[in-house]
Amino acid sequence: MPYIPLTGPEKRGLLREIGVSSLDDLIRAIPSALRGPEMSLPEGMSEPEVQRLVRDLGALNTSGLDFLSFLGAGSYDHFIPSAVQEVISRQEFSTAYTPYQPEASQGTLQAIFEYQSLMAELTGLAASNASHYDGATSLAEAALVALRHTERPKILIARSVHPHHREVIRTYLAESTCRVEEFGFTAGGGFDRQSLAAKLDADTAGVIFQTPNFFGIVEDLAGIADQVHANKSLLILSGHPASFALFRSPGEWGADIAAGEGQPLGMPVSFGGPYLGYFVTTQALLRRMPGRIAGATEDADGKRAFCLTLQAREQHIRRERAGSNICSNQALCALAACAYMTFLGRQGMREVAELNLDRATYLREKIAGIKGFEVAVSQPIFNEFVVKSPVPFAQIEKKLAAERIFPGVALETYYPELRNRFLVCATETKTREDIDRFAEALAKC
Amino acid sequence: MNFPENLRYTRTHEWIALTGNKGKVGVTEYAQKEISDVVFVELARKGHAVAQGKAASVVESVKAAFDIYAPLAGVISDFNQALESNPGLVNQDPYGAGWLFELEVTDPSALNTLMTAAQYAEFIQSGAGH
Repeated sequence: MPYIPLTGPEKRGLLREIGVSSLDDLIRAIPSALRGPEMSLPEGMSEPEVQRLVRDLGALNTSGLDFLSFLGAGSYDHFIPSAVQEVISRQEFSTAYTPYQPEASQGTLQAIFEYQSLMAELTGLAASNASHYDGATSLAEAALVALRHTERPKILIARSVHPHHREVIRTYLAESTCRVEEFGFTAGGGFDRQSLAAKLDADTAGVIFQTPNFFGIVEDLAGIADQVHANKSLLILSGHPASFALFRSPGEWGADIAAGEGQPLGMPVSFGGPYLGYFVTTQALLRRMPGRIAGATEDADGKRAFCLTLQAREQHIRRERAGSNICSNQALCALAACAYMTFLGRQGMREVAELNLDRATYLREKIAGIKGFEVAVSQPIFNEFVVKSPVPFAQIEKKLAAERIFPGVALETYYPELRNRFLVCATETKTREDIDRFAEALAKC
Repeated sequence: MNFPENLRYTRTHEWIALTGNKGKVGVTEYAQKEISDVVFVELARKGHAVAQGKAASVVESVKAAFDIYAPLAGVISDFNQALESNPGLVNQDPYGAGWLFELEVTDPSALNTLMTAAQYAEFIQSGAGH
């Protein structure tokens, strides 16, 4: 759709029609101090000048393709079949929005419906929405559902949940009467059952875990659903979605809501976005679910058709009592996830998960063999784990940058007590040779 | 339109049938027509205390959702389970099988603050209900 701003005469015509003399006159109720500072922008540039400027700026970046990257910590480098890009490049799909007009949007609606169906199957839960902006906002929405559903004021969250996600949840609840409490993790990195038991009380609306957790450990959640449900709280699980193809899914753990980051399902790491928040829940909580839902139905001729459904939950109908005021989704990213899962298939999803486990385990063995470096070899992992180094991480980072290797993410930034520890990730994109090269470089630190 | 004499009415189109301190609550014939086809009723919670005029339940039609307000202050003592599987009862029989919830009314004498059938019919006719 072309964007054509108003011409000068059109603007003047509109202003005259409503009886004001100028734009300043129209907004004079806003104190001038609040109208923003004078902008001192450089002179305009010609198109070739702009192209050159942007190219030069772009050259300052380093991408994961130029480096051998072992970065994870919430954004994962996975192989994306070219067919995914081909599908999402179709012009008809190029929108971030869920469509209101079913008569003009059958393709997009069907893609969203299929995305929902695939997410429901992957997470082992009944109903998915059309997606959220990213993992953090999706998890925050899950916290809001728990607060509304139980009419209790407290969210309990494991400290081993991604620090950014915890921060976003705190931000969402900062101006409310609700509060967030955290329970700790043990020396091994798994959540601390005693800490959980001490904080799970009659105020607790929902309990949030991540598995694999931020330290890469696959949590043992045996008995947790019973414990949380006996307390009449909701169980919310987050985690790398591809891991659900190999380990127990949120549904199998007895979760009420699965909410988290969907980037690993066919979206590049990019610069942290655009990503995708998945949100899947049980039949019982269906009407509490925020966001859009695409449903399958029949048209006037009895043919299969798709439309948005259960819209009475939503803000354009329910105003201030809507479950959420977020109603746009990540339609294009959801389409990428849909295409990715479809092209991989059930078997492919499992194989990718197995490869992740294989590569990370190999890397862990390698690092365990390096003098001075420590890893917890007995912990169950998926594709990343914590390394304790004999020297400050900044030093390792600097040395390995010269070898064009990203060694991982420092944990001290988020957990001051975890000094000289860093998070290392190896997905299916890393070959054994890549891993050997990394281990050799690390041994020289 | 039918507005039974034995009921009392609110300006937000609920009716209440009070027996002792127990009051059955539903929506009026006028309201069910305005709401159109009811597809879902969010049932009131048993044991929940509500103030007069506060939302106690939600009725959804295909295109909209409507709050149902407590005609009098009280505690929700029962709800119409049949609406879970058959929400259309609200349209078919708003004063009978389509009732929404039962209220244990705190102050039954407050019934006098509500409209009689004649007053409600006049209220609707005057167009003030919109």
